[in-house]
Amino acid sequence: MAELQFREAIKHAIDEEMGRDENVFIMGEEVAEYNGAYKVTEGLLDKYGFRRVIDTPISELGFAGLGVGAAMHGLRPIVEFMTFNFAVLAADQIINHATKVKYMTGGQADCPIVFRGPNASAGQLGATHSVAYDSMYAQFPGLKVIYVSEPDDAKGLMKSAIRDDNPVLFMESEQMYGLKGEVSEEEDYIIPIGKGKIKREGSDVTIIAHGKMYHVAVQAAAQLAKDGVEAEIIDPRTVKPLDLPLIIESIKKTNRCVVVDEAHPFAGFAAEIGYLIQREAFDYLDAPVLRVTLPDVNAPFSKKLFDTWFPSPKQVIDAVKQVTYRN
Amino acid sequence: MAKKKKDDIVFAPRGIGDANDGVVQKGVDLPAATKKKHKSLGLSDDDVKAMYEQMYLQRRFEERAMQQYQKGKFGGFLHLYIGQEAISTGTVFAFDDEDDIITGYRDHGWGLCRGVTSNEGMAELFGKATGCSKGKGGSMHFAKSENHFWGGYGIVGGHIPIGAGFAFANKYKGTGKISATFFGDGAVDQGSLHESMNLAQLWKLPVLFVVENNGYSMGTAAKRHTVAEIVDRAKGYGMKSAVINGMDVFSVYEKMKEIADDVRKNSEPYFVEIRTYRYRGHSMSDPQKYRTKEELEEYQKIDPILRLKDYIHSNKLMTEEDFTEVEERVEQEVLDAVEFADNSPFPEESDMYDDMFAEENPYFHT
Repeated sequence: MAELQFREAIKHAIDEEMGRDENVFIMGEEVAEYNGAYKVTEGLLDKYGFRRVIDTPISELGFAGLGVGAAMHGLRPIVEFMTFNFAVLAADQIINHATKVKYMTGGQADCPIVFRGPNASAGQLGATHSVAYDSMYAQFPGLKVIYVSEPDDAKGLMKSAIRDDNPVLFMESEQMYGLKGEVSEEEDYIIPIGKGKIKREGSDVTIIAHGKMYHVAVQAAAQLAKDGVEAEIIDPRTVKPLDLPLIIESIKKTNRCVVVDEAHPFAGFAAEIGYLIQREAFDYLDAPVLRVTLPDVNAPFSKKLFDTWFPSPKQVIDAVKQVTYRN
Repeated sequence: MAKKKKDDIVFAPRGIGDANDGVVQKGVDLPAATKKKHKSLGLSDDDVKAMYEQMYLQRRFEERAMQQYQKGKFGGFLHLYIGQEAISTGTVFAFDDEDDIITGYRDHGWGLCRGVTSNEGMAELFGKATGCSKGKGGSMHFAKSENHFWGGYGIVGGHIPIGAGFAFANKYKGTGKISATFFGDGAVDQGSLHESMNLAQLWKLPVLFVVENNGYSMGTAAKRHTVAEIVDRAKGYGMKSAVINGMDVFSVYEKMKEIADDVRKNSEPYFVEIRTYRYRGHSMSDPQKYRTKEELEEYQKIDPILRLKDYIHSNKLMTEEDFTEVEERVEQEVLDAVEFADNSPFPEESDMYDDMFAEENPYFHT
């Protein structure tokens, strides 16, 4: 194992795949000469040159669509969005074209493309830079949606995403780029898309949390342990396809569940997980499934309001206490 | 700004109601057609005959499709290309067969030009498993990717950057091929065009952006939906441009060949406005209140198919018998296609899940 920053793990994955397949290239705002707005692509221009590491204008719709065409034509584009908050301008290309071109032509074109970049909030950036889009995109057929929490997952899943023959959204976080973690040094390290991971074992409650929320769950679990509650934390890593068997297996053991999700509450990931658990494990539940999400409110700027808005370990602890009838 | 009475405030320029001075309003002004004969354009007698047959096929295919639609044989949208056939035909003759073409939803003519057979096309309209897109796409999504026709697309302007992406891939791989993305005048107002033009000029992509300006964005005349001359958009991007008479197949062929050669040689984009006219409504449910009968008649007098027929006649390339033979053959092909479509099976229910993902047994959320 090697200790790498989250951003380094992603870069290593991209670097390995670019080395392995000449059809892989990366484009986006500031990815080349600037070395990446968040330094994910640092050094790639020097190594692979201007043909394969390409700075784009601020034209999300244009370069996302250009990527779709390149993918249909046999290349494997990695399209970096400076944040998925900007990718809304390219949503037509992601939702209406990348995911549908194969289907509506009766299978005549594939679209092996990775759209990647930071998702959700990153501190006090105001309302338009703070939305979590993983749940929204998971709504659409034809997309695989990954939102990872740790460097090791980032490396293994990024390599899978690039090799996948379908459109894949790979979500990161500005606030996790500097996070360090052990990353497998196994040659050609691959984590299959659609496999979650039990990251903390426990028998009293299952906490499901992905992306940045995983770290909130970890803090909550540490505090809960001091109070004698052992939480099992599942990081699904991939929002879609979802590793439902892993979740259900855990619920059958703990009989209680809290879902921590960075999206707003309506029809989000947490709502979907809640539905699936009642369908698959109704008889095993000793309490209603609870969720901790963002409120149904835009991101405020003011630090005091932002801290209230953002899901906290305390909210997770309170929810766990409720499902374990400890309050 | 002086205060105005609220009733006098106008935003979108007004339309047909203002055209009551007896002058026929025209959707587009056509530039002069080429004066060259086919030989000096490098077209053989057989090429000209093949062009005629192709245009006639597109016309009859759609007229029969319209009949079948009215008989209730299939549903969905049906956007007819009738009147614009010289554009698809002239372009496909001018391009190399390996050059990439992508277009909007008015795509039947393009499909037929690039190897979608009448059977496959009609069956697609009928939603049958034997359709070019297995009945999954319908009228708006004809495609034949093996012939480098990448399909018709249903979001106005959405496919424009995809066409630029083909050019990117061609340049990346060094294939020497070019791509062309066709769209209507309505798409000129979409941001996707402007982002794509900027990218293409900046990155020197071998791509043609081609407006088939038929004068109307659905029911809104060009002068009511877009400012100035469409072709002048190119100036803002430092892009080469041209205007072509789209009612004359030789003009389309001549110019598109020159432009394709230029794009291929210099790996630089081109913006092309081809002026044309659609004889039918935007789709089948269009009462066409936005234009006059007289206007339509003006353009029917210069029908691209009749024009070519006249040329062939006056140059004695085909006899009356030759015309009868071609037209009967095409008519039979189209009637056979209707029968083929009618008799073809619908897709199986289990086919619904096919073609979503590249892998064999993909995950579907339930």
